[in-house]
Amino acid sequence: MDRLGNYIILILIMLIKGNWMEDDQSKNIPRTDPVQSATFSNSINSEIRRAAATGIYDIRGGGAKRKVPHFDDLLFLGASISRYPLEGYREKCETKVLLGTRFAKSPIELDIPITIAGMSFGALSGPAKEALGRGATLSGTSTTTGDGGMTPEERNHSQKLVYQYLPSRYGMNPDDLRKADAIEIVVGQGAKPGGGGMLLGQKISDRVAQMRNLPQGIDQRSSCRHPDWTGPDDLEIKILELREITGWKVPIYLKIAASRPYFDTSLAVKAGADVVVLDGMQGGTAATQDVFIEHVGQPILSSIREAVRALQDLGMHREVQLIVSGGIRTGADVAKAIALGADAVSIGTAALIALGDNDPKLESEYQALGTTAGAYDDWHQGKDPAGITTQDPMLMSRLDPIEGGRRLSNYLKVLTLEAQTIARACGKNHLHNLEPEDLCALTLEAAAMARVPLAGTDWWPGKSGSPF
Amino acid sequence: MQIIDLENKSLRELNAKLQAQSSSASQKVWEVSNPKGGHAIAAGLNAPIDVTIKGSTGYYLAGMNQLATVRVEGSVGPGVAENMMSGCVIVEGDASQYAGATGNGGLLVVKGNASSRCGISMKGIDIVVFGNIGHMSAFMGQSGNLVVCGSAGDALGDSLYEAKLFVRGSVKSLGADCVKKEMRPEHLIILEELLKKSGSNAKPKEFRRYGSARKLYNFNIDNAY
Repeated sequence: MDRLGNYIILILIMLIKGNWMEDDQSKNIPRTDPVQSATFSNSINSEIRRAAATGIYDIRGGGAKRKVPHFDDLLFLGASISRYPLEGYREKCETKVLLGTRFAKSPIELDIPITIAGMSFGALSGPAKEALGRGATLSGTSTTTGDGGMTPEERNHSQKLVYQYLPSRYGMNPDDLRKADAIEIVVGQGAKPGGGGMLLGQKISDRVAQMRNLPQGIDQRSSCRHPDWTGPDDLEIKILELREITGWKVPIYLKIAASRPYFDTSLAVKAGADVVVLDGMQGGTAATQDVFIEHVGQPILSSIREAVRALQDLGMHREVQLIVSGGIRTGADVAKAIALGADAVSIGTAALIALGDNDPKLESEYQALGTTAGAYDDWHQGKDPAGITTQDPMLMSRLDPIEGGRRLSNYLKVLTLEAQTIARACGKNHLHNLEPEDLCALTLEAAAMARVPLAGTDWWPGKSGSPF
Repeated sequence: MQIIDLENKSLRELNAKLQAQSSSASQKVWEVSNPKGGHAIAAGLNAPIDVTIKGSTGYYLAGMNQLATVRVEGSVGPGVAENMMSGCVIVEGDASQYAGATGNGGLLVVKGNASSRCGISMKGIDIVVFGNIGHMSAFMGQSGNLVVCGSAGDALGDSLYEAKLFVRGSVKSLGADCVKKEMRPEHLIILEELLKKSGSNAKPKEFRRYGSARKLYNFNIDNAY
């Protein structure tokens, strides 16, 4: 009887409630729209559910996706009454850059100040590495090896090849070291300062495993720190050793993440580097934890002036060259980086997009992988429909390295032309003549970071004499 | 025998001379006097020559060695024979940190003790230490053999891959994913050969073997440290 009574009460409550709702609707009482939480967004919630289901952090490729102050927040002022411009196409605007002039007997001369960043064979397919080499060579610039060593297809198709000397030392050997046109000691990477690379089992083919001297199919976690030196004093001796082994011929670059750019640049100079490579948090990686990519390191915009300040304080600006990377997409980005004091820039993600990564023409295949063109970042899974971040022979064969090289070269040409266009508009006959004085900032943050005036003012936060 | 005295020759002159030797070179035996703890001595050699260093050296002695035999009549600083590919490096005294780091091949013999991180990231090198080794030795060791006639410090073989570790004395502690393993006949053969080649009179049966438990090879949250 008690149970029957409960049912009757429940039915009555439902009827009354239903009536109220009907009342609200029939009376046309407006309802508040459902509101999504800014804190617990759909994206955050989906990550919580994924974490709860798997018990492991999210791993992905690429660089920071969050919005950070960037080159878009800067504008060039162009010529005016006091500064006259150069004629586009006709008047010369030089783009050549010499890297490694401090100690190396054979500095690298590049036709354009845009280099291809280090990306590993393993993370990328053989044809993709070949395409990068071909594209760089067509454009008179350099490309760079990565974790895992140097492949013949890369060396043979790269007129100027920078050999990365990484903490893992996978595939590192003195024969390849001597074949390099420059050596880049990698201390940090913008996407993951303080972290080593990852190459998951799906991409460890026989060839990759053999080059790295590791069992096939294991998840590779590259070392996050060098095995045989600790701190700047050791590093100085390590650089000496590398120079002795290569006869002091080739430049030695030191790649640092945008972490503590003033101090790291100072220490790199002290340790004897010819070139400092500074990589911001927007710079890509083949694979690492999402939390690392999005929460460790600084944007490139906030780091360039600090690195330049270090070089200037040591009287080494232009003596030790500065290459910056992390989010370079357009000729405007190139020009802005150089105007802030860089000698050259480096591109990684943009080069992959030029080869065909994340192309909407592959949308149906991205959909099948549970993503969409432009958002695909599961580079670690080795299923890249574009055949770039994979070791799957069928997928790899989709990328024609000759066509890819041509596309990359076209893109590099456009970047250069765009940068020249801006430089000429500012009255400069060499890209290196661009300077902070040519810029203004659209936001307070960008003004503070780039140390150029907020648009419409002659002031930036922290400027000498400023109350702020 | 050719003698190069670092009292009156520069490091560059020394290394350039030694690096210029090829397999057909007539001068096979070299002696280097007055090393005075210098760094990068005999780095990047690539010929089957014998080089004897008459005294102690600094960092990276015989770094990236290929084919050459380098003997040190003294002790060595950090990173001796780092990334060695082939050949042999013999240290009569002690070795500092990172001895044989990332070595791909060849034999490194330390007749005294080796400090911490001996054999770190080793990739195929054989290392025989007559005395003790310090902490974190063979960290992330990928392949090759580390033979320790004395004792090992803390965290031996942390995050080890396929390198084989043999210790005669005690092991203060094992690192993540490193375990004691069965000594099988094929391991005794490896040991016997290495002890013989290095001139040690230790007996293979006195050693214990350590290797990877292989629990960190693929991501598994339950195995995370």
